[in-house]
Amino acid sequence: MADKSPRDALFDPIFNNNPIALQVLGICSALAVTNKLSTSVAMALSVTVVLGFSNAAVSLIRAYIPSSIRIIVQMTIIASLVIVVDTFLKAYAFDIAKEISLFVGLIITNCIVMGRAEAFAMKNEPWISALDGIGNALGYSLILVVVGFFRELLGSGTLWGFTVLEPVAEGGWYVPNGLMLLPPSAFFIIGTFIWVLRTFKPDQVEEAH
Amino acid sequence: MDHYLDIFLKSVFVENMALAYFLGMCTFLAVSKSVKTALGLGYAVVLVMFVTIPLNNLIYQHLLKKGALTWVNSSFATVDLEFLSLISFIGTIAAMVQILEMALDRFSPALYNELGIFLPLITVNCAILGGSLFMKERDYDFAESCVFGFGSGFGWALAIVALAGIREKLKYSDVPDGLRGLGITFMTVGLMSLAFMSFGGM
Repeated sequence: MADKSPRDALFDPIFNNNPIALQVLGICSALAVTNKLSTSVAMALSVTVVLGFSNAAVSLIRAYIPSSIRIIVQMTIIASLVIVVDTFLKAYAFDIAKEISLFVGLIITNCIVMGRAEAFAMKNEPWISALDGIGNALGYSLILVVVGFFRELLGSGTLWGFTVLEPVAEGGWYVPNGLMLLPPSAFFIIGTFIWVLRTFKPDQVEEAH
Repeated sequence: MDHYLDIFLKSVFVENMALAYFLGMCTFLAVSKSVKTALGLGYAVVLVMFVTIPLNNLIYQHLLKKGALTWVNSSFATVDLEFLSLISFIGTIAAMVQILEMALDRFSPALYNELGIFLPLITVNCAILGGSLFMKERDYDFAESCVFGFGSGFGWALAIVALAGIREKLKYSDVPDGLRGLGITFMTVGLMSLAFMSFGGM
């Protein structure tokens, strides 16, 4: 891991080592905020900012953190960054902030952030750690946006609030699929996404027992 | 007594942390390969929630809530430190997990090695922070938050052991290549949570 090139650090997590599809990190928020495209994008951006900065910050002071209190130190850095992002969202995108505020708070406990700090930033230089953070956040964003796209399109027939498939209730032909608005549907979409991804990347297929 | 039983049953079934609120999903999916590991993690989560939620309740009720500092000095009656609740809750949780990690390393190295990276990740198990936030939102008193902490930890443990049981059986089924492992687990959890939604009408 130590001699990863900047390019690999940035792009590997998108398809080859996707945080949600392969590393199983950061799933809670992927389920809760994805019933609309706009909230998915806002969440994805917040996570990118927090993850990039927290990885860089943890990596900068990694030599000074005693391992017995490292969790608390990492949490404090992450929590401070999350409070900054939350406040920023409230100031500039109040409508969206109202909807996802609880989940922005839960970015603190999004295991992607902590997992990357623990697995990568504690062992690598600040610059490459920041790239690794942004790369993982992009992989996470990709899934969030895909899930948000399908849930909003199939669940309410709209995209970003604009009507695409005209629902029956407004004189159109599309019968909205209510299941897509319920959280379990996110499981089915992510499951299918993993299936598609692994069909193209057979080396990610898990061994049969 | 009925009141406490009600909170307990509600937090185990109707408002199951894992299957109704989808909190703590990362560990839920990753550590549910065998019933034995799932049980170990289940114990750890019950323990951490049972300790941290009442502890956070004390911090919230006596330090952070508006007017809570009156016991120090009556001039503090208007002080409202609620905005600090997120960071102090997570601080308490992180400290508790670190203590638990050291204790497990000392007394049960086998379980410690098995849990691996997922033990520090209990800190970021959103079920635990979520539990504390629910406690704050619903304004539980100390006894209620003890019951709630135990109940929601127990519900989470129950769900992960159930999933681990299903996954152990799934080993014998013929799943399409790309769906094997994580993919089919996602589908299974989706179906389980649909089933748990039926408790919502109780």
